[in-house]
Amino acid sequence: MTTKEKRKQNVQQSFEERMEYDELLNCMRCGFCLPSCPTYLETNRNEAASPRGRIALIKGVVDGVIEPDQDFEDQLNMCLGCRACEPVCPSGVNYGHILEEARDILESNKKRTAPEKAVRWFAFDKLFPHHQNMVRVNSLLWFYQSSGIQSVVRKSGVMKLFPENMQTMEKVLPPIPKPSELKSRPTHLNAEAEQKARVAFFSGCLMDTMFMKTNDATLSLLQKAGCEIVVPENQACCGALHGHSGEKDSAKALAKRNIEAFESLEVDYIILNAGGCGAFLVDYGHLLKDEPQWAERAKAFSEKIKDISEVLVEMDFHKKDLRLPNRIATYQDSCHLRNVMRTHTAPRKLLSSIEGVEFVELKEADHCCGSAGIYNLVQEEMSMQILDHKMEKVRDISPQVIVTANPGCLLQMKMGIEREGLGDQMEAVHLVDLLLEAVQ
Amino acid sequence: MISVDAREKLKSIVGNENYQDSNEMKLVYSYDATPNFQSLPDAIVSPKNTKEVSELLKTCNEYQIPIVPRGSGTNLAAGTCPTNGGIVVLFNHMKDIVEIDEDNLTVTVQPGVITLDMVNAVEEKGFFYPPDPSSMKISTIGGNLMENSGGLRGLKYGVTRDYVLGLEVVLPNGDVVQTGGKLAKDVAGYDLTRLFIGSEGTLGIITEATLKLIPMPEAKKTVLAVYEDLESAARSVSKIISDKIIPTTLEFMDQSTIRVVEDFAKVGLPVEAEAVLLIEQDGPIEVVERDMAHIEKVCKDMNAISVQVAQSEEEADALRTARRSALSALARLRPTTILEDATVPRSEIAKMVHAIKEIEEKHNVTICTFGHAGDGNLHPTCLTDARDHDELKRVEQAFEDIFVEAIKLGGTITGEHGVGEMKSPYLELKLGEAGVNAMKGIKQAFDPNNIMNPGKIFAKDERKRVVIG
Repeated sequence: MTTKEKRKQNVQQSFEERMEYDELLNCMRCGFCLPSCPTYLETNRNEAASPRGRIALIKGVVDGVIEPDQDFEDQLNMCLGCRACEPVCPSGVNYGHILEEARDILESNKKRTAPEKAVRWFAFDKLFPHHQNMVRVNSLLWFYQSSGIQSVVRKSGVMKLFPENMQTMEKVLPPIPKPSELKSRPTHLNAEAEQKARVAFFSGCLMDTMFMKTNDATLSLLQKAGCEIVVPENQACCGALHGHSGEKDSAKALAKRNIEAFESLEVDYIILNAGGCGAFLVDYGHLLKDEPQWAERAKAFSEKIKDISEVLVEMDFHKKDLRLPNRIATYQDSCHLRNVMRTHTAPRKLLSSIEGVEFVELKEADHCCGSAGIYNLVQEEMSMQILDHKMEKVRDISPQVIVTANPGCLLQMKMGIEREGLGDQMEAVHLVDLLLEAVQ
Repeated sequence: MISVDAREKLKSIVGNENYQDSNEMKLVYSYDATPNFQSLPDAIVSPKNTKEVSELLKTCNEYQIPIVPRGSGTNLAAGTCPTNGGIVVLFNHMKDIVEIDEDNLTVTVQPGVITLDMVNAVEEKGFFYPPDPSSMKISTIGGNLMENSGGLRGLKYGVTRDYVLGLEVVLPNGDVVQTGGKLAKDVAGYDLTRLFIGSEGTLGIITEATLKLIPMPEAKKTVLAVYEDLESAARSVSKIISDKIIPTTLEFMDQSTIRVVEDFAKVGLPVEAEAVLLIEQDGPIEVVERDMAHIEKVCKDMNAISVQVAQSEEEADALRTARRSALSALARLRPTTILEDATVPRSEIAKMVHAIKEIEEKHNVTICTFGHAGDGNLHPTCLTDARDHDELKRVEQAFEDIFVEAIKLGGTITGEHGVGEMKSPYLELKLGEAGVNAMKGIKQAFDPNNIMNPGKIFAKDERKRVVIG
């Protein structure tokens, strides 16, 4: 038997052992998920690129009807993991769990080249789990932007050597905060209004470095809404990137660190401003379901997770005097915020309550923008195809502001604006940044 | 198996990119929404126009390759499962709305158009296309035509068949036939239009259809009537209709269905109720008001615990959407969900509901019932586990009893899902030998080589079966 065949056999065996068969059978193939699936629609209705098709493929491998070949793997990789198929599934199939497990099996049987291993080791083991390393990378970016290298690079045209979306990404990165700013993050803040709740803040690795200003805005809004805030220093990366890339063990270790960091704080909520992280945090119960000593603690942790927009609405922030100069604004849903955390009315309510802002609903705002974690880097073609279609819908309503609720979506929408050459007509912002501007 | 020679010919017709036969593609086109049926096709082809469909059929006829036309694969009777292999034909390149004719009140479409997309397009112009199968968000018009799909509005407005004026059909020999037209009256020869509707892909392939539109009703009202027992609900249905009111929608759900649907949709259905009726009326506002007042009175006279009127279109739509999700939501309860659509004259609905309850107890199986009560079209749904062979046998017997009971009451084995392969053993129960033979004669005349969706409608043998392992 060749190594390749051996690997296929191992993969097949793992699928048989590890996939939950009842969950696969739970899909009764009604097809109600199809119109919600971006890749199904973008591939001109290729069943293989749909949730029903992918579940059938996984079941096909478990049943031994097909081999886990390259087509199979490519198809699973093409899935955005946006989970738009879940809220529309009457049978309640946990597609996200099925996908995650399948990807983890493929990952653990993968033979990687040495450079690939090194990159993954660096990103998953060294970079994201460690705040100080995030800070270091951030410092490099800051140096790149502020030292004048950026303008030299741009003038030299050296970026043209990179794939197109990397070039665009380079252009749309926000101004990176100074390294010194990153080193003095608050750990406790008092309410600035009558105190209504004591909350903890989950700062997130990307949010607390590259998007630090948005985190500051979040804290400030919470204070104004009447929250005392605790920001535990020992918190870790949420583990979503690991979980979605087939690095389940690392994801579990991070989950445990977070549970430990937050469980003794005696807070009403654990608040965050990134849908992508939130969706993973509310799922810790599932991630740790096989570890009895953690399962309950994970559940208690997950029950406290709330997006900033939900909490603000609950505290009547939308009834405050909010105003901005006249403009049309629209909102692009964060998939995980909408489909997993099931938050979609709160951000719209907040936006609509700002005087001067005319809120216009974006057609198919609930369809993924194509960012999807690192999808826009690893599946560039599909991601850009999705983004281009998204921008067509944006053009139909010509807003001055596209509001998002997740850093990935924010960067992607910025890329969309850049690609379309609409930079002088509109901007993309995080909801909390706009709200802070409106309340001041 | 497709020979190398045939494969090359098929590829030259549709282009290499539209002929696929990877394991991945074969697997994902091996099923529809019917439990326990799966069979790999040999290839999947996507023609771009009528000419290609014609050449495709001619070639398949020459090489005797089975053809399974497929819309979105939501069939519930294994009608789109390629149980004899061959090629699955997709219509993802044929999905244009060709024309909305405002003078003749017609819409002309290609088969791959999604039902809801077409409905939205005509509604934008103030027209109404009533057939609304539960799967309309994803089903194609081609699929609706081939299955003669019904829906929630069937009671007042009829089914797909009642809205088809003309078709362009490709026959197995490659001939392209135009039937009917934008005509209110047309008796030129046999009514081929009607023959093709509901033919489940066994006679030819529809490549274009001209459908009838009607003006949008002025107003609509929706109520939810809640009952403590099944029979009161069923009696309300009969009473409403015998009082000469034909509501647009008269849907029924039993307790188990209510519970799972509420669990999914969260629209505030009464989970303690034994049964609910979802009733809608449309038309001129004064008629709607008058009918609804009467319906409310009938329901209360028949011991409804409450009759709630939906306060907004959003609320009404949420209730309809919830009802449409019933079948899939039931799949939450057990691994396998098998549903039937035995239909009886609407006057017999109470008897049928009662009979289903008895059959459920007799065979010790779990049957949840929902459906289009006003049409006499019920969906008894059996919750089971395909891995439990003993239970499956009992399920099979229960369904057989349900079919027999429906026929006894003057009903049929299928109201709107089609015979497909799943119900083919029971066709004779409904038609008798002479009836089946007459139909076989028609099939033989159109498709002598039996390439069009073979194995469907007509049973391979006499063995009665609902479930195939």
